[in-house]
Amino acid sequence: MPVEAPLGDAPARESVSEGATEVATPGLERQAERAKARQGFLLGLPAMLYLFIFFVVPLGFVVAYSFATRTRSGRTELRDFNLDAYARLGDDIIMTVAWRSLWMATVTTVICLILAYPLAYFISTRTPAVRNMMLVGVMIPFWSNFLIRTYAWRVLLDSDGLVTQAFQALGLGDGRILFTSNAVILGLVYGYLPFMVLPLYAAIERIDWSLVEGARDLYASGWAAFRRVVWPLSRPGVVAGSMLVFVPSFGAYVTPAILGGNKEGLLGSYIVLQFLSARNGPVGSAVSVVVLAVMLISTLIYFRAGGKTL
Amino acid sequence: MNDPTHGVHPVVELTGVVKRFGDRSGTEVTAVDHVDLTISDGEFFSLLGPSGCGKTTTLRMVAGLELPTAGSIRIHGEEMGIRPPNKRPVNTVFQSYALFPHMTVAANVGFGLEMRRVPQSERKALVDWAIELVEMGSMAHRKPTQLSGGQQQRVALARALINRPEVLLLDEPLGALDLKLRHQMQHELKNLQREVGITFVYVTHDQEEAVTMSDRIGVMHDGRLLQVDTPEAIYERPTTRFVADFIGQTNFLEATVAGADEVVLANGDRLRLSSEHASGSAVAVTVRPERLTVHRRGEAPADRHTVDGRVETVTYLGNAVVYGIGVDWMHLEVRCPATLAGERRDVGDDVTVSFEPEHAAVVTD
Amino acid sequence: MSKGVAKSTAEPMGASRWLLRGHSAAVFAFFYAPIVVLCVFSFNDSNAVGNWNGFTLGWYREFLDNDNIQKSIWVSVKVCLFSTAIAVVLGTAGALALERFRWWGQKAFDAVLYLPIIIPDVTMAVMMLVFFSETASWFNWIPGINVQDGLEKLVFSHVAFNISFVSVVVRARLANLDASMEEAASDLYANRWQTFRRVTLPQIMPGVIGGALIAVTISLDDVVVSSFVSAVGGTPLSVYVFGMLRKGVSPLVNSVSVVMLAASMAFVVASLVISRATGSEREER
Repeated sequence: MPVEAPLGDAPARESVSEGATEVATPGLERQAERAKARQGFLLGLPAMLYLFIFFVVPLGFVVAYSFATRTRSGRTELRDFNLDAYARLGDDIIMTVAWRSLWMATVTTVICLILAYPLAYFISTRTPAVRNMMLVGVMIPFWSNFLIRTYAWRVLLDSDGLVTQAFQALGLGDGRILFTSNAVILGLVYGYLPFMVLPLYAAIERIDWSLVEGARDLYASGWAAFRRVVWPLSRPGVVAGSMLVFVPSFGAYVTPAILGGNKEGLLGSYIVLQFLSARNGPVGSAVSVVVLAVMLISTLIYFRAGGKTL
Repeated sequence: MNDPTHGVHPVVELTGVVKRFGDRSGTEVTAVDHVDLTISDGEFFSLLGPSGCGKTTTLRMVAGLELPTAGSIRIHGEEMGIRPPNKRPVNTVFQSYALFPHMTVAANVGFGLEMRRVPQSERKALVDWAIELVEMGSMAHRKPTQLSGGQQQRVALARALINRPEVLLLDEPLGALDLKLRHQMQHELKNLQREVGITFVYVTHDQEEAVTMSDRIGVMHDGRLLQVDTPEAIYERPTTRFVADFIGQTNFLEATVAGADEVVLANGDRLRLSSEHASGSAVAVTVRPERLTVHRRGEAPADRHTVDGRVETVTYLGNAVVYGIGVDWMHLEVRCPATLAGERRDVGDDVTVSFEPEHAAVVTD
Repeated sequence: MSKGVAKSTAEPMGASRWLLRGHSAAVFAFFYAPIVVLCVFSFNDSNAVGNWNGFTLGWYREFLDNDNIQKSIWVSVKVCLFSTAIAVVLGTAGALALERFRWWGQKAFDAVLYLPIIIPDVTMAVMMLVFFSETASWFNWIPGINVQDGLEKLVFSHVAFNISFVSVVVRARLANLDASMEEAASDLYANRWQTFRRVTLPQIMPGVIGGALIAVTISLDDVVVSSFVSAVGGTPLSVYVFGMLRKGVSPLVNSVSVVMLAASMAFVVASLVISRATGSEREER
C-alpha cells in the first residue's frame, strides 16, 4: 500500500448504547424487531393522525348526520337519532335521480369501454417509443383540469357553438344537445375516458402474446383468437377501468352542472342541493353514504376479481 | 460440528448460532441450525451449499443485517450481540453490488470513509489507492449505470476494502458474470485477498469456485454446517453423504461398521477402513470415480479391494472415458483417462473394479 | 407487445387494420379537439363562441385586469403551496413507513390511505363541510388559525386528499429501489438518518417531485371540495371560474380557462418528464 492506512482498525468503539453486546437470545432479537417496528410506526404516525382527524372523523360525522335530526330552520343537530333520512331515500325524487345516475353511469361506462378498448389495443401494438408518446398523449388530458375540459364541450355545444353549427349544417336536426342527458353522457365520457384507457392498456400489455400465436397456430381466426384468448386475459383491465369510470360518473356533480343545466341532475347534484339550498343535512348525508357504499362495493368487487393496485 | 481450530488468531467465531424465521401464523423456518465455526486471520474461507442451505443468512448475521435468534458471534474476540451493521468492523460485497447509482465511482468508494468522518484530503488519497487496487483508475468519475457487470463488481470490492475491515464478507459476488469473466475474477479475487491480507468470508453455491479459491471450505445443508476443512480434505475425506455428493462426483457403497478398523460392505466383503462410528452403524463407503480402476475380470492386483461387475455404459468424453459398471447390488461409475479404442472395455464385458482402501472414505447421512 | 413478439401477429390484417387505426386517430382527435377549439376561440374578437371574428388578445388583457380573478389566483397559489408542502412531507414519511417497516396497524393505514383517491369528490366535499361546521370552534383555539374566514379549511382539505397521491407515487418509487442499497449504506457505517439523506432520498426524489407536481395539479384543479369549504372572498380560481361558467359561456371565461388548462398541462408534463428522466437511467443497466 502506498499510503499508510490512518484509520487503524474498525470504526470508533464508542460505548454502544444502541447495540447491546450480550449474546443474542430470542428475547433480544424480538426486542430489536420491536424497536424497529416502533420506528416505523412513529414515522407513519403524523400521516395517520392527519388522515384520522381530517378524513376518518369527517366521514364519521357524515354517517352520524345521516341519522341526525333536521331542525325546522334547516340546521342539523346530533340528537334524537333516527332513520328518517334513509326513509326518504325511497321518495320518488330521489329514486328518479338515483335511477338516472345508475343509467347514465352504466351507459357512460359501456361507451367508454367501446371507445377505449380498440385504442388500448392499438397502443400496445406500437413500438415502445411510439407507445410512450401515445400514453403521454392520453395522460395529459387525464390529469388536466377536469372543469375546463368539460367546459370546452359547453363551448362546442352552445347555441352557436361549432358542434351545434355542424349538426345544423349536416341537416341532423337543430343540434340542441346541450342541457339534455346526451350532453351529460357526452361530458362524462369525455371526462372519464382516460380512466378506462390506461388500465385497459396495462392489462393488454401484460398478455403473453405467445398464447395468441399459439392459438393462430392451432387454426384460430383472428377474431376467434381475440375472443377466446385476448379478451378473457384482458378482463382485469376491463374491471379496473369500468370501476374507475362508473364510480365517479355515478356521483357526478360538475358535469351535469355545466352540461345538464338544472334538469338532468345526478346524485352528485342532488347532494349538493340538499346541503346548499334545501339545507337538509341528514338527507344529503344519507345519499352521500349511499354513494360511498356504491364506491366501496365496487372496490371490493375489483379486489375480489383479482385486482391489486390502482 | 467438526472444526479443526488452527491455533492461528481467530477472527470470526460463531458459537451455537441459530436463526429462526417465523410469521404470526406460527409457521417457523429454521434457516441456521446451531452453527459453530471459527475463521482464522488472513484466511480465504468459503461457505458452500445449495440454495436455501442457510449460508447467506449466516453471512448476513456476521454482517449484522440479520440478528441471530440465539448464539454468539464474536469478531476478534469481541461479542457483536445485536449491534447494527454500521457498528461492526465488517464490510460486505453484495450479490447485486448495491452501488449507489446517483454517485460516481469515487463517491461510492469513499462513502464508508465519509460516514466515518475521515477528512477530505485523506479520503481522496485512499480512494485513489482503492480504485487503483481494483484497476478501475480510469473510471473514477463514471456513474455505476455506465459500467459493465464486472466493473461494478470491482467498484463494490473497492468500496468495501477501503475501510480495512477485519473481515470482508462476499455474498455470491460472481453469480451475475459470464463464465470466462467469472474464472478471471476468481483468480483476481484470490490474488487480491493475498495482497491485502484481509480475511475473506465467501458465500457460493458453486463448488468449483469454492475449491479453486478457498483456504478452507464450510459445507452447509439445511441450516447445518456439515464439514469444515481444506478443499482437499473435503474432496478426499468427506464425512457425510451430502458433502461427498455435493462436491464432484462419487460412488457410494452401502456398508456397516464392524469395528474400529473394519467395515462390512453390503455384499459381505470386508474392508479395512478406520472410522469413528459405533459398531453396527449404517454407513457408506465413498470412492471417487477417478480412484477406481477397471480391469479384465480377475486381473486386479491383490493389494487393492475388488468388486466384480459388468460394463453397462461407456461414455467417451474426449479427455476421459466413463464406465457405468453394474454390480449385482448397485451401480458404479469409473472414470479413466482416455485410452485408445483397443484397450477400452466394451458394453457387456465382465470386469473387475478395484481401488485402494486409502482412497475411500466412510460417510454417514 | 412486451413479450418481444412480432407486431404482425398482434395487429389485425386487412380492413380491420385500418379500422383500428382510424378509430384510434378519431379518439385522439376527440380528446384534443375541444381543447384546441377552446384555445382558438379564446383569441376570438367577438362575444360569440361559434363564429370567428378576428384575432385578439383582448380577453387575456381583461383576464389580467380583472381584480377578482387575480385575487382568486393568489388564493389558489397560496393554498396550493401550503397544502403541497405539508402533503409531501406527510406522504413521503407515510410511504417510507409502509414500505420499509413492518408494524401493527400497517394494513389498516394502507387501506385508509387509498380511500381519498377513490372517494367521489362530492362525498369528500360533504365530509369536510360537515366536519368544519362541527369543529370550527375547537380549531379556533389554536393561535393563528381562523377556520371561518381564512384559507385554513382549504389547506386542511387539500392536504387530506393529497397525502394519498404523494404517497402512492413515492411508494411506487421505493418499491422499485434495490433494498440492498440501504443495507450497503448501513454496512458502510451510515446511521438511519444518513442512509435516508444520502442514499434513499436522492433515489426517491423523482417520485417525491412527481408526487408534489401531481398534488399541485390536483390542488389547483379541485372544484367541488373547494367550493364547499371556501369562505366568501377567499375562493380559489377554480371555484371562481366554476361560478362564472354556470352563468354561461363568455370569452373571458375562455381565456381564463385556457390559462388554467395550460398551467395544468405544464405541471403534468413536468411531472411525467421528471419521473421518466430517472426511470430510463435505470433501464440502461
